[in-house]
Amino acid sequence: MLDSILFILSTTLMYSAPLIFAAIGGVLSENTGVVNIGLEGMMAFGAFVGAATTSLCGNPWIGLGAAGMAGLLLALLHAWASIHMAANQVVSGIAINFLGTGLSVFACRILFEGSTMTPPIPLENKIPPLFFGQYATVYLALGLVFFTHIFLYKTIWGPRWRAVGEHPKAAESVGINVYQIRYLAVLASGFCAGLGGASLSIAVVSSFRPTLIAGQGFIALAAVIFGRWRPMGAMWAALLFGASQALVVFVGGQAAIEISSQILSMLPYLLTLLILVFMNKKSAAPKANGISYQRN
Amino acid sequence: MPNSSYEKLTATFFSIVAGILVGGLVLKIAGLPVGEAYLVMFNSMFSRANYVAHIIVKSTPLILTGLSVAFAFRTGLFNIGAEGQFIIGATTAALAGYFLDLHPLLEIPLVLLLAVFVSALWGGIAGLLKAHFAVHEVISTIMLNWTAFYLQNYLVMLEGFRRPNSEASNSINVSASLTFFENWKYSDAGILWLEKHPLLADFLRAPVNGGIIIALLAAIFCYIILHKTSLGFSLRAVGHNADAAEYGGIKVKQKMTTSMLIAGALAGAAGATHVMGVSRNIAILASMEGYGFDGIAVALIGGSGAWGPILAGLFFGALKYSGSKLQAALEAPSEVIYIMIGVIVFFTAMPKLFGKISDLIKKRRAHAR
Repeated sequence: MLDSILFILSTTLMYSAPLIFAAIGGVLSENTGVVNIGLEGMMAFGAFVGAATTSLCGNPWIGLGAAGMAGLLLALLHAWASIHMAANQVVSGIAINFLGTGLSVFACRILFEGSTMTPPIPLENKIPPLFFGQYATVYLALGLVFFTHIFLYKTIWGPRWRAVGEHPKAAESVGINVYQIRYLAVLASGFCAGLGGASLSIAVVSSFRPTLIAGQGFIALAAVIFGRWRPMGAMWAALLFGASQALVVFVGGQAAIEISSQILSMLPYLLTLLILVFMNKKSAAPKANGISYQRN
Repeated sequence: MPNSSYEKLTATFFSIVAGILVGGLVLKIAGLPVGEAYLVMFNSMFSRANYVAHIIVKSTPLILTGLSVAFAFRTGLFNIGAEGQFIIGATTAALAGYFLDLHPLLEIPLVLLLAVFVSALWGGIAGLLKAHFAVHEVISTIMLNWTAFYLQNYLVMLEGFRRPNSEASNSINVSASLTFFENWKYSDAGILWLEKHPLLADFLRAPVNGGIIIALLAAIFCYIILHKTSLGFSLRAVGHNADAAEYGGIKVKQKMTTSMLIAGALAGAAGATHVMGVSRNIAILASMEGYGFDGIAVALIGGSGAWGPILAGLFFGALKYSGSKLQAALEAPSEVIYIMIGVIVFFTAMPKLFGKISDLIKKRRAHAR
């Protein structure tokens, strides 16, 4: 019994970490008023660059850093379009999703002789486990949640960032540089999403393939909304989605339990819908979320 | 979004040019022959009747999901759920097409209507949740997509529906097939006749089916609803300014639900025609197939009118088909087309850029004088 609980708990953390990274990215960006639907594409690109770098140079930490930079690169496009070009942020995010997944598979085929999968990374070159057999990325993700919480609610920068997301004009009038903060937030968001992708491709599994990210970024996006745009909330939501994946893995290994894994996989999504229906109707979204701000 | 349709058309044109340029750049960086690659793609769009037929077949679901996303846009709703509605439509059509075996004249409309009806309800859930419980449609449709995904995987494997020893369902009955001349083109008489008409034979070698007619009818339906009925007027009013619409006496909540019902029906028709015209059955999904997500790009490139998605869908279908040829001819990754689509969508997101560029050109000209 204890074994089972520990198994579910540790598998939950393993599957949640990528979602937590990307969701924190979403929280950062959206708290300053830039919607980031492109998390999916940034995660995919991060997962590919992380796996490719690790398999080429043999060091997972360099791979992880490269993955963050890959996400950041795509985020730069999104930031420029959203901030300087007053773009429709949802449309730009959708574009980033096509670009991120397209570029990943394209580059994979070019670099690895037409294969859509990166060569498997040997165990000793993967992100190592830290404590209790959990990958270092799990602790990194939890640390990131803690750090983001402190940053947004306990430092002098937090209120500034949130002011930019609530009322950019007022923020600018008291001398806050709206453009600068939005750039920083979107770039940080891409970096986090990139880390999230790599925490799948070089820790949970050992290679990139096109189906690896399929949908994870959108679930992270849902975790942001479900978590009411707060780091802790997003983390709990990500843990819920991770737990459901863990439960499916656990039940799959139990001959005695006869529940369809497909039905089980459906539950967290239905549960989320149900919770949202009964949640407070008042939206918790930053007021200027998705609205471009133009200086005079 | 730009105001006049002329401005919009030029912006779309330049976005497509940008997509082609960046696609070329990416191929160049990858060390592939750019000119040759584009020639292969161009040839694989127009050089044979068979290619044209394949493109029409590939475009059909994209036009329908594009119409779905575009329709919801008109009411100010972002339908990320076309993916799930497609799955529900496909699953319903596969179930009905297998278990019902009536005369084709009865079977085809019945299967199609069932699929469209069920997927409309599926889409309507998101509208209902938005209208009455303030659940953001982006999050509810993402949740519904995954629910649909696992629902299909569950239903496929049910005894009686599953094809034994496989990860797919049984095929639909021939009476539910939308494919043109399906029996005739492989019969002796058909083969003999087609030998004398090579162009038609080449065209019919692709799984040409009635889906495209349904897609065109759906576009006409969208046009009439949006522009010729009072329902369409109120839907557009809600999309334009929900508060003003409410003040003007329009039942905003009801309209949101209606809009999502129709969007669901359109994406469901995409899934149904795909099963009835091309795939014949459904199979275990390893990941999302992307028809709904591609539909978002189609709606964004084509604009949210009724005719834009047809052209954009054909364009996307042509790119997809020629991309697969690229892989065969030059071993160039077909994913370059997704990079192109991404760039095109990216540029359509920022009409301001084109305004800035044209201002710059005007200034230069004035300066030169």
